[in-house]
Amino acid sequence: MTNHWFGRVWPIALWQMKQDRVRIPVWIISFLIMTVTTATLFESLYPSAEDRMQLAHSVVNPAITALLGPAYGVDNYDVGAILAHQMLLLTAVVVAVMSILIVTRHTREDEEDGRAELISSLPVGRLSNVTSTLLVQLIVYITLSLFIGLVLVSINIPSITVEGSFLYGAALGVTGFLFAAVTAVMAQLSETARGTMGLSFAVMLTFYLIRAIGDVSYDPLSWFSPLGWMLESRVFVENNWWMILLMFAVAFLIAMIAMYLNAIRDVGAGLLPSKPGKPHASKWLKSPLGFTIRMQRTSIIAWTIGMFVFGATYGSVLVETDTYVAEIEIMAQMLGEDLGTGFELIEQFIVMLGAIISIVATIPMILSMYRLSKEEKNNRIEQVVATTLSRRKLIGSYLLTALIISVLIMASAAFGMALAGALTLDELAFSTAFNAIIVYLPATWVMIGLAALCVGLGKWKGLTWLYLGYAFIVIYLGGILEFPSWMKSLSPYELVPGLPVEEMNWSALFGLIMMTILLIVISLQLYANRDLKG
Amino acid sequence: MAVLETKGLTKTFGEVEALKGVDLRVEKGEVFGFIGPNGAGKSTTIRVLLGIIRANSGEAKIFGQDVWKDAVDLHKKIAYVPGDVNLWPNLTGGQVIDYFISLRGAQVDQQRKLQLIERFQLDPTKKCGTYSKGNRQKVALVAAFAAEADFYILDEPTSGLDPLMERVFQQCVIEAKERGSSVLLSSHILSEVEKLCDHVAIIREGAIIESGSLTELRHLTRTHLYIETEASVDLSGELGVFEWKQEGDGFSFQVDSDSLSSVMTKVSEHGLLKVESAPPTLEDLFMRHYETGGENS
Ligand SMILES: Nc1ncnc2c1ncn2[C@@H]1O[C@H](COP(=O)(O)OP(=O)(O)OP(=O)(O)O)[C@@H](O)[C@H]1O
Ligand SMILES: [Mg+2]
Repeated sequence: MTNHWFGRVWPIALWQMKQDRVRIPVWIISFLIMTVTTATLFESLYPSAEDRMQLAHSVVNPAITALLGPAYGVDNYDVGAILAHQMLLLTAVVVAVMSILIVTRHTREDEEDGRAELISSLPVGRLSNVTSTLLVQLIVYITLSLFIGLVLVSINIPSITVEGSFLYGAALGVTGFLFAAVTAVMAQLSETARGTMGLSFAVMLTFYLIRAIGDVSYDPLSWFSPLGWMLESRVFVENNWWMILLMFAVAFLIAMIAMYLNAIRDVGAGLLPSKPGKPHASKWLKSPLGFTIRMQRTSIIAWTIGMFVFGATYGSVLVETDTYVAEIEIMAQMLGEDLGTGFELIEQFIVMLGAIISIVATIPMILSMYRLSKEEKNNRIEQVVATTLSRRKLIGSYLLTALIISVLIMASAAFGMALAGALTLDELAFSTAFNAIIVYLPATWVMIGLAALCVGLGKWKGLTWLYLGYAFIVIYLGGILEFPSWMKSLSPYELVPGLPVEEMNWSALFGLIMMTILLIVISLQLYANRDLKG
Repeated sequence: MAVLETKGLTKTFGEVEALKGVDLRVEKGEVFGFIGPNGAGKSTTIRVLLGIIRANSGEAKIFGQDVWKDAVDLHKKIAYVPGDVNLWPNLTGGQVIDYFISLRGAQVDQQRKLQLIERFQLDPTKKCGTYSKGNRQKVALVAAFAAEADFYILDEPTSGLDPLMERVFQQCVIEAKERGSSVLLSSHILSEVEKLCDHVAIIREGAIIESGSLTELRHLTRTHLYIETEASVDLSGELGVFEWKQEGDGFSFQVDSDSLSSVMTKVSEHGLLKVESAPPTLEDLFMRHYETGGENS
């Protein structure tokens, strides 16, 4: 009987672990590095109790509470409390993302691609796959919890106690397991891997928002979100283990539900009726540009919001530029030799932020351009090229989409930073901060042109990423490593006038635009004249 | 004027010589069968014809226009169905059909499209991600046939269809032919070729090794014979005789259609007691070319 349901759970679990032998360790190690570096950073940033009290004052506000959760232990805001407040929720959300991605792969994606059917024809139990998946996740998150605890103990910061360290790890681990179970349930409901991920992310977002609203305006509401329970464990302050136990119990229950749902449905089917889609294409979808934009809609929206938050986060810490730069020597070196004071320093900081934000914002632009290569790799291009759509128009519609994205994302990042900066810092004009970022737009266009060139060539796509990495290193470490100026000027971002410190330089921007046009012309020519692979 | 004409098309992929001089000629209004074993170069030829890849040498013209230089202009008159249809998982079949039709620059004839969807029993409201291989193929077929084209290029269009749908497809091809359109149909399915095609070309290892009308090709096939004679007989060395085998009291063998009369004369000299013959089949021709490379053994 148990064989009927659970036959060969362990071999399947081992097989799954083997498939993930790189992916999971990479995730875990990233979490360990992220946690240790932030903890030590906080220790060095805020060495004295006074520093920390000052910080405590600046973080007790609704915006931070909504973003990171309520600050516990502000009257004794030690490094442990800071770590738990600043990092726990965000790390937990990333752990949840990892869970959703991995569990979807092993459940619905396997089923969608027909691998599950192959497995279920072998003498395995009906519930073996979902059980193995959850079992592996349980092992993974116990490992993660223990390792997080161990590394936190090992860095030897007094306020990061042994008990708190392991509770911190357990809070992350149990969140991961809870979302593994949630995703397993969604995999039973939805018929597709995309749907499974969509539903799971929606649940995560809902929990996050419920907690945000609850924490800011109405405490009891946070009790409706597991993320609220997790924060309620008050790591390093009260060390409330009960919350973690509660979460584990609920996660276990959800896992049971997933198994029950798995038992009552057919392989390949979903419990939610897949709702019929539109039988016709809208007028918008029928044009190549509309089609290209439509296919990227979700990621465009996500990046636009993400970059707004990114910009706003930096904008809101501008007030503290003094503290950062004074406390961290590296920071001062990054900004270069002649450091200003007061508002001048803030302006220098803004210049650097403009460059860094625009480099990050370039990532979605390159990804957008590279979608065309992905279409080719997925063998979807030949049917499109066999129509009256010319190749130049085809690559042109991807270029145009990438350019639209560049304007959208840069404007949203600039808006975020300028808004947050102007609100928190009286001397700072909105337009100053906004222009400091938006001025980098032509530099991002050069990168789009380069990405288009690689698509035109049909190879060496890593080049664009290497170049972007180089541009980042030049800006981030240029001051510290004292690069010669010719090395710096190889990066398009360095050619942009650093507003508001430097003067506006229209001819530099014009040069970048000409460069972009040249790259685009070459890439159109290359793309129109090469063999397509599929 | 020929709808399609190629002369000495060659194409290499690095070391691999995929096409070694392909000559094809498709006349207006005919259904042209393009057959050959896996990896023979059918899809490669078709990709050249659609301007997806560029031939290294040789000439390829459709409606008298160069397939590479005038590709966009030519594609107004062409409908294409690839052998392996890949679609966008998050769009519905109906949306993809509309997209393809409008990319071809044709007006969507809603009536006709719905009719085809009905005939192929396709659910256009389902996401392509949930379609089976056969259903993805139906999407491409509906998009191809929903708007009229002068030339249909179909690369193994039925490889995922069930027999019932195969029949619907065959009707669509016949209707297209009746409208005066021409069709290039690459296929592995003998019955389909026999039913639909006027002319056939067989490609192997990148070169056309046989080409002609179906009747012409039947001439190239061999008749199966079984004979019993009074005197003993051995024709195994005779020209045009293959697979000479003792079987019971007599012999079974195959004869080239061309040598039939000379062989029969020989046999009758030995006092023919019994003769059984099976008609020549295209299948033999297929098999011969597929298996042995068609060195006319
Ligand atoms: N992009 C490519 N790169 C390298 N080799 C290729 C490429 N495309 C095709 N080939 C090779 O060219 C030859 C012909 O392939 P093609 O796809 O034209 O065969 P086919 O006749 O369509 O076969 P099938 O019946 O299997 O569809 C094969 O040997 C194949 O491996
Ligand atoms: Mg093929």
